[in-house]
Amino acid sequence: MIRFNSVSKSYPKQNRPALRDVSLEIERGEFVFLVGSSGSGKSTFLRLILREERASHGQVHVLGKDLARLSNWKVPHMRRQLGTVFQDFRLLVNKTVGENVAFALEVIGKSRGQIRKTVPEVLDLVGLGGKEDRMPGELSGGEQQRVAIARAFANRPMLLIADEPTGNLDPQTSVGIMKLLDRINRTGTTVVMATHDQQIVDQMRKRVIELETGRLVRDQSRGVYGYQH
Amino acid sequence: MAGARAGPLSKLPHRKDAMRAQFVLSEIGVGLRRNLTMTFAVIVSVALSLALAGGSLLAREQVSTMKGYWYDKVQVSIYLCNKNDASSDANCAKGPVTQQQKREIKADLDKLDVVEKVYYESADEAYKHYKEQFKDSPLADSLTPDQMQESYRVKLKDPTKYQVLQTAFSGRQGVQEVQDQRSLLENLFNLLNGMNIAALCVMALMLVVALLLIVNTVRVSAFSRRRETGIMRLVGASSFYIQLPFILEAALAGLIGAGFACVLLVGGKYFLINNWLQQKIVLINFIGWDAVIKVLPFIIAVGVLMPAVAAFITLRKYLKV
Repeated sequence: MIRFNSVSKSYPKQNRPALRDVSLEIERGEFVFLVGSSGSGKSTFLRLILREERASHGQVHVLGKDLARLSNWKVPHMRRQLGTVFQDFRLLVNKTVGENVAFALEVIGKSRGQIRKTVPEVLDLVGLGGKEDRMPGELSGGEQQRVAIARAFANRPMLLIADEPTGNLDPQTSVGIMKLLDRINRTGTTVVMATHDQQIVDQMRKRVIELETGRLVRDQSRGVYGYQH
Repeated sequence: MAGARAGPLSKLPHRKDAMRAQFVLSEIGVGLRRNLTMTFAVIVSVALSLALAGGSLLAREQVSTMKGYWYDKVQVSIYLCNKNDASSDANCAKGPVTQQQKREIKADLDKLDVVEKVYYESADEAYKHYKEQFKDSPLADSLTPDQMQESYRVKLKDPTKYQVLQTAFSGRQGVQEVQDQRSLLENLFNLLNGMNIAALCVMALMLVVALLLIVNTVRVSAFSRRRETGIMRLVGASSFYIQLPFILEAALAGLIGAGFACVLLVGGKYFLINNWLQQKIVLINFIGWDAVIKVLPFIIAVGVLMPAVAAFITLRKYLKV
């Protein structure tokens, strides 16, 4: 699903590389936590998967494709097979919940019939059935993140990338979001989630990948947030 | 696995396109309304620059029509001395032209290869023509036939070969002046050309202004919609699809501007030429509607393509994929 082959990434005007010689593999259907302090390279790691950045050295394979060899115009097609969820939800505030989900389907050219069928389905799935016509501003943070997840999942992606999806939410709400992501994972979608939330990582007992100043320092199945000796 | 999921979609090209078209159209409307003032500025500057462009094309057309018309009629005039000139003009110091001199001049003209035809205009005829031409002017009454000059009007096979006559006849006994009437018109044409170049310069300037405005409008538009475009990028909209509303927006503003430019040109032709100049100046053969109509598609094409290309280039810089 995802394979990093001694990947390094340096940004211009920064002497310290953001990622250094990272090699790892994430299998289909896995649930992976990506942990590490701020500036450890988590965001760069996710941006490389989304092909918002290209690796300086090494190869990044996502969904069986070498992203370095993927031409620019094919990138959108690759992204359609990925779902993305962010800490700040990234919803369109002037569109209703239903329109937000529909927007994602519209821009990739789904037919109106398909959209009309899919939108209530995924909103049901994330537990927002019947809130289709509400505006994002009327919803709680947790509900907004559910909308974002619904949007990310509407196209039934193979891979869901979540960048601190619970970063803005209280613990109670976070648990709900994690249950949802877990359910999505059980449908066969691979989930890669960057997080700072120790409690969640310790509770879920999933694979944990830790980055520190751009290096891969830990890759542990059924791991916890901090080191265990 | 990816192919299987994308499969059912690609089987529905028509509905898919209709969906997209509707989406793109609604985006354009939002964009244009959002920067109403900028859009207005773009429309005005495109309209003015294209109207000037069209105007100068038509002016060029006008000059060439006039050239064709006049060069056909214009001749070289060899003015002969009359008795009044004898005192006032150095070339005629030897007194008015004699019958003998006139015969010699005529004979020499007939011998020249470049000459197509020679007319003789007597002083009386000259007076008559003059009266006709200036019948409304008080000047007409101030002249008498004996003040007019006799002249030979020479039509050349090639109007540019004027120099041959000039060297052969100027300074000759009884000849006051050899005048190429073309040079009189040349001044007029030079003036028109000068005006044309001035119009082109103003047009170029306006075009630059229009382009800068378009670039800026697109930039602002892209910035104000960065949230939408960011989300579109995330969910995998193609860059063409993301850029299309912006490009069409610019093209639509350009089209409206070009429409105004066309109205200005047609209005100019109708009011300025047909209803005014043509009544005042009967001598000049003005351009017809066919010339105006030929220019309009060019104006529309430039008006649509230029903003679209400008928008496309701007977006490459400001909308990263």
